[in-house]
Amino acid sequence: MLVLLLDTSSAAVTAGVGDVSGGVCRVRAEQTVVDGKRHGEALAPLIARSLADAGATAADLGAVAADVGPGPFTGLRVGLVTAAALGDALGIPTYGVCSLDALAAAVADDGAPFLVATDARRREVYWAVYSGTGDRLTEPAVNRPADVGPLAASSGARRAVGAGALLYGDVLGLPVSGPEYPDVTALLSLAAARVAAGAPAEPLTPLYLRRPDAVEPAARKSVLG
Amino acid sequence: MSEPLVLGIETSCDETGVGIVRGHTLLADAVASSVDSHARFGGVVPEVASRAHLEAMVPTVHRALATAGVKLSDVDAIAVTAGPGLAGALLVGVAAAKAYALAAGKPLYGVNHLAAHVAVDTLEHGPLPAPAIALLVSGGHSSLLRVDDLTAEVTPLGATIDDAAGEAFDKVARLLGLPFPGGPHVDREARSGSSVAIAFPRGLTGPRDLAGHRYDFSFSGLKTAVARWVEARERAGEPVPVADVAASFQEAVVDVLTAKAVAACREQGVDTLVVGGGVAANSRLRALAESRCEAAGIVLRVPRPGLCTDNGAMVAALGSHLVAAGAVPSTLDIPADSSMSVSEVRV
Ligand SMILES: [Zn+2]
Repeated sequence: MLVLLLDTSSAAVTAGVGDVSGGVCRVRAEQTVVDGKRHGEALAPLIARSLADAGATAADLGAVAADVGPGPFTGLRVGLVTAAALGDALGIPTYGVCSLDALAAAVADDGAPFLVATDARRREVYWAVYSGTGDRLTEPAVNRPADVGPLAASSGARRAVGAGALLYGDVLGLPVSGPEYPDVTALLSLAAARVAAGAPAEPLTPLYLRRPDAVEPAARKSVLG
Repeated sequence: MSEPLVLGIETSCDETGVGIVRGHTLLADAVASSVDSHARFGGVVPEVASRAHLEAMVPTVHRALATAGVKLSDVDAIAVTAGPGLAGALLVGVAAAKAYALAAGKPLYGVNHLAAHVAVDTLEHGPLPAPAIALLVSGGHSSLLRVDDLTAEVTPLGATIDDAAGEAFDKVARLLGLPFPGGPHVDREARSGSSVAIAFPRGLTGPRDLAGHRYDFSFSGLKTAVARWVEARERAGEPVPVADVAASFQEAVVDVLTAKAVAACREQGVDTLVVGGGVAANSRLRALAESRCEAAGIVLRVPRPGLCTDNGAMVAALGSHLVAAGAVPSTLDIPADSSMSVSEVRV
């Protein structure tokens, strides 16, 4: 079964097509551009190109899996509303994948626990700690890098991966390695079991982790001085 | 294709709108509003609106399709507001429209929100004579346009240089202790007040202003004048006559709006005026526009209030015009353009 994979949880905009059949999963197409301000322009053409590369049309898809974050909101929503609309129009299930899980899946090596940190902007990171086998040990959170370092270390993290680790490696106090952005192979590996089992569709709820910036108006200011 | 079936998506502000039209016939107009979530902030919070659009998008499409009794595969095209509006809010609708177009193999039309406000009138009053003047007033925009061809030639004549008219209603409502959004509450209060009780200023109507800003509007000075007047009353320990303030303020707004719209018709030799946008639901604006147009021999067209506020039907209506006119569809890489000029009817 063909599954469309979408990721707009970082500065990278990614679309891909994976094939899940007979207990094997294989990436058939992958398209990525790194342009943190153009998710809305970039994503749909990347989907069209991925489908063409895979020799498929939208009608051939059996599922859609999308990265639900955490990640910067505006880009994240582009991917999620696209996935939801595609799933709706094609009558196929949608599944969510956590951005931090996707990075962890790409680097899990059966070694020591590690920290995944992505860029949350405003000098903060989205983060979670994973076991060497890629199991999440802490809930995704958003904090300042200086606060994350000790928390990650106390959860046993020995190294850090992700765009947030690359940005703030010195503050985190952990050796930095690994990929910056989630890739299609990791997204596919995280969604494959649900796709293969025909699991019930999941609502694609973003992991915002932050409340909207909004302040209730203060008392009226005098205009008479 | 003379009677194209078009699905339109609108997310430029706080309404998630999905409309379906066939030619000039409205089949469905589904709207999910996040207005209640903004009330305590006294204005639309962009991030709150964007979150609500994401949640409401697919259910609102379903509601529209069910109401119209059609399937996505039946539609001839998908139209979407590409701008102007709140950037993050627009993006949700544009991305959804692209996905529906891609999945269903339908042409996509990214359209201008202001031109769509004009197009919606054709659902109620039939084809629009050309040229026409359009006055569009809401919480997000206040514009005078000349419409020579809804699908290709719309010229901005003037716009607000500070606050939108609807914004002024919201701010004055707050000043008077009335809830958000302020328009309907000020309108209701004003009915029992006197519109000549207080002489509030008419922005950009003096001879020198008219030379440089003939068709432009300004409501910031008016808002401040109301605030000063109310505060002076409060300081003097006197009660604030809410109804009179509401009526006098409202009169100042609609006086300028209708005077400039009628002047534009006269000076441009145009005999049709279309009024749209949320403020077009204001009863005094409707009444004054009617009497002034009648006196000037101008045909006034105002859609019913439900079609004046932001909705998907207006987008579908413009999309239907574009399909019928054989316009080239948009590509899948079109941006959401928060400051899109109305001279660009589509992208
Ligand atoms: Zn509007």
